[in-house]
Amino acid sequence: MENLVIEGSPKTPTIKFNPEEGKLLIQGRSIPENSIDFYKPLVDILEEYAGNVKPATRVDIVLEYFNTSSSKCILDVFKKLEKINEAGGGVAINWHYEEDDEDMLEAGEDYQAIINIPFKMVEIEEE
Amino acid sequence: MEQDKIMLSFKGNVTSELLTSVLQIMESKMEKLNEPNRIKKKVYNILVEALQNLYHHLDKQPDSVPQGHNTVIFMIGKKEEDYTIFTGNYITNDNAVKLKTRLEKINSLDPDELKAYYKEVLNNGMMSDKGGGGLGMIDIARKSGKKLDFDFHKVDDEYSFYSLNINIPQ
Repeated sequence: MENLVIEGSPKTPTIKFNPEEGKLLIQGRSIPENSIDFYKPLVDILEEYAGNVKPATRVDIVLEYFNTSSSKCILDVFKKLEKINEAGGGVAINWHYEEDDEDMLEAGEDYQAIINIPFKMVEIEEE
Repeated sequence: MEQDKIMLSFKGNVTSELLTSVLQIMESKMEKLNEPNRIKKKVYNILVEALQNLYHHLDKQPDSVPQGHNTVIFMIGKKEEDYTIFTGNYITNDNAVKLKTRLEKINSLDPDELKAYYKEVLNNGMMSDKGGGGLGMIDIARKSGKKLDFDFHKVDDEYSFYSLNINIPQ
C-alpha cells in the first residue's frame, strides 16, 4: 500500500497516512464547504488498510478548527478506524486540543462517547 | 447594533472565496484586538457555521428564485464585550415552517440535552450531499451558550425573510 499525503490549505487539514508504519495524522483546519470529497481518499485508503492491518495503528488528530460538515466525515474516519481495530489493528487515537479550548476537548469527548476505541485527550500547552 | 460597533457587513451573493476572505479579515481583526484565544476560536467557529449556512442555502436555491431573493446580508460586530453575528436571507414559506420547528426544538433543550441531541444527529442523522447534516444550528446554540434568536418575516405568499441574531458572550 502507498502512503497518502494531502497538503493542508486555509480550509483543509494536512493528512498523512503511512500504512507500513500504521500512522495517521490529521492536522490543521477543516472548514471546507463540501467536506465529503475532501475526506473520500482517506476513507477509501482506510477501508483498504482494514483488510491488511498492522498490529498497532497510531492516530493523531490535531485540529485547530473544524466545521459541522467535517464532523460527519471525521466520524466516518473513526468508524473505519473502529473496523481496523476490530480487525486487529490495535488503534489508539490521540485527540489534541489547546489548553483553553474547551469546545475542542468537548468535541473529542463527543466522539469518544460514540466510538468504541481508546481515546487519549492530549493537551497542547500554549507557547 | 450601533453603527460604530460594526466590524464587517455585507450584502450580496455569497461565494466560497468571499467566505475565505471574510474569515481571514475577522481573524486578523480579532488578533489586533488581542482577544483571548478561547474567544477568537469560539467566534471563528460560530462564524464558519453561520456563513456556511448562508452559502449552502443559496446553493440549494432553484433558478426560478425571484430577482433579489438570492441576496443575503450579514453583519459582524462587537457590543461592549460581546460579539454579535447577524445573518438574513430569503426562504420559501414552506421551508420557513420546517426551519422554525427545528429551531424551536433546539431552543427547548438545556445544555446537556443539546449535547445528547448533537451526538444523536451526528451519529444517526442523514448527511446531505453537501456534507451538512442539520448540525450547524445545534453547534451554534451549544458554542454560544445562548438560545437561538431568530425571526421570520413574511414578505409575500411565497417568501419569508429569515434572520438570525447570534450573541457570543466573553
